[in-house]
Amino acid sequence: MSILEYNGGCVVAMAGKNCVAIASDKRLGVQLSTIAMDCNRVFRMTDSLYLGLTGLHSDVTTLHNLFNYKLNLYAMREGRVIKPTTFASLVSSTLYEKRFGPYFAEPVIAGLQPDGTPFLCAMDLLGAMAVADDFVVSGTCAESLFGTCETFYRKDMNPDELFETLGQSLMAALDRDCISGWGVDVQIITKEGVTTKSLKARMD
Amino acid sequence: MGESDYSFSLTTFSPSGKLVQIEYALNAVAAGATSLGIKAKNGIVLATEKRLPSPLMDESTIDKVTSITGNIGMVYAGMGPDSRVLLKKARNYAQSYYRVYKESIPVSQLVRQVASVMQEFTQSGGVRPFGVSLLVAGFDEEGPHLYQVDPSGSYFAWKASAIGKNMVNGKTFLEKRYSDDMELEDAIHTALLTIKEGFEGQVTENNIEVGIVSDDLKFKKLTPAEVKDYLSEVE
Repeated sequence: MSILEYNGGCVVAMAGKNCVAIASDKRLGVQLSTIAMDCNRVFRMTDSLYLGLTGLHSDVTTLHNLFNYKLNLYAMREGRVIKPTTFASLVSSTLYEKRFGPYFAEPVIAGLQPDGTPFLCAMDLLGAMAVADDFVVSGTCAESLFGTCETFYRKDMNPDELFETLGQSLMAALDRDCISGWGVDVQIITKEGVTTKSLKARMD
Repeated sequence: MGESDYSFSLTTFSPSGKLVQIEYALNAVAAGATSLGIKAKNGIVLATEKRLPSPLMDESTIDKVTSITGNIGMVYAGMGPDSRVLLKKARNYAQSYYRVYKESIPVSQLVRQVASVMQEFTQSGGVRPFGVSLLVAGFDEEGPHLYQVDPSGSYFAWKASAIGKNMVNGKTFLEKRYSDDMELEDAIHTALLTIKEGFEGQVTENNIEVGIVSDDLKFKKLTPAEVKDYLSEVE
């Protein structure tokens, strides 16, 4: 078994018209035993930029702390808010720095650019960037997520449609993965602000 | 180096609270050829005298106005070799920034880094302060910028400034000529007039250097032919 699948969990992000949404499950396990059902793996980086991390939970926490540290210093040093594209490059180079002893985590970055257009990006654990304009997935049910997202995704959805599509895509994929699930959190990012919604999934 | 008896900082406070080594460094700057910079609405111009000790030297091989990145240029007054150390470090910082963020370094960040190097050389053991002042000009997302960095490591943003020999006269001249709504073309003319004002002898396209950063975010060194054209416009 890959160490990336030790704790389980998944993240998916999708773009709509002038909005993006990012969602994750809430399970934390040790292989097949469930340890917690309130585990957060999507983190706020700026008002319109979120980072999701799947993989080994200790590395997820470490990376979350590391990027908070880097962004706090960036904000003070440069006196500005980091752009999603710039942040993605920072994540990529941070991961590749540890090329031969990597963090076992795969990030998903979702945010709005200063002009309001969506930005989506996923990476492997070495920081190979994959920018997409529709959806990005990561985690133990990535293959199922690709299937559901390809089926449900439509272009230029409004925030409500985006929430529904993303929620249903994630719920459908979760149920086919025994180490993901136990509830879903969805963040919908628009110019006006971020709304967080929690979904009940199968609790078994 | 660190083990030697002289590894303590040579820049020490005098009883009156002055750091005379830094004042001597500023003297080295004031003895150097005049350099100046002017920030216009749509760009920045850097200009400098290129005074050579002998007419037998090939002036076309000397670059005093240099580029740090595609959109940031630099000119110095003072000791040429010292300026090259800072130029190399500045270019390195700019590329390291680009490597991490895939975005060109903001002028303010680059200047802060270079200034911190100059500060380190006033407090470290076994080194002396840099005998140069720098004018760093760049155009980034925030607009045009012109910074002056001194041997002490202090730096300020200027609308127009002059460093080196004749800096006082140069600044007085610039104060009279500067206006906030200046275009780059006007700034180039003003720069050449200011250089001419303090120049010993005849200004030609071969004994001055001019660099511009325009609002297309490009730094460009003017060729002698271009400088010649501008010189004929200000005559």
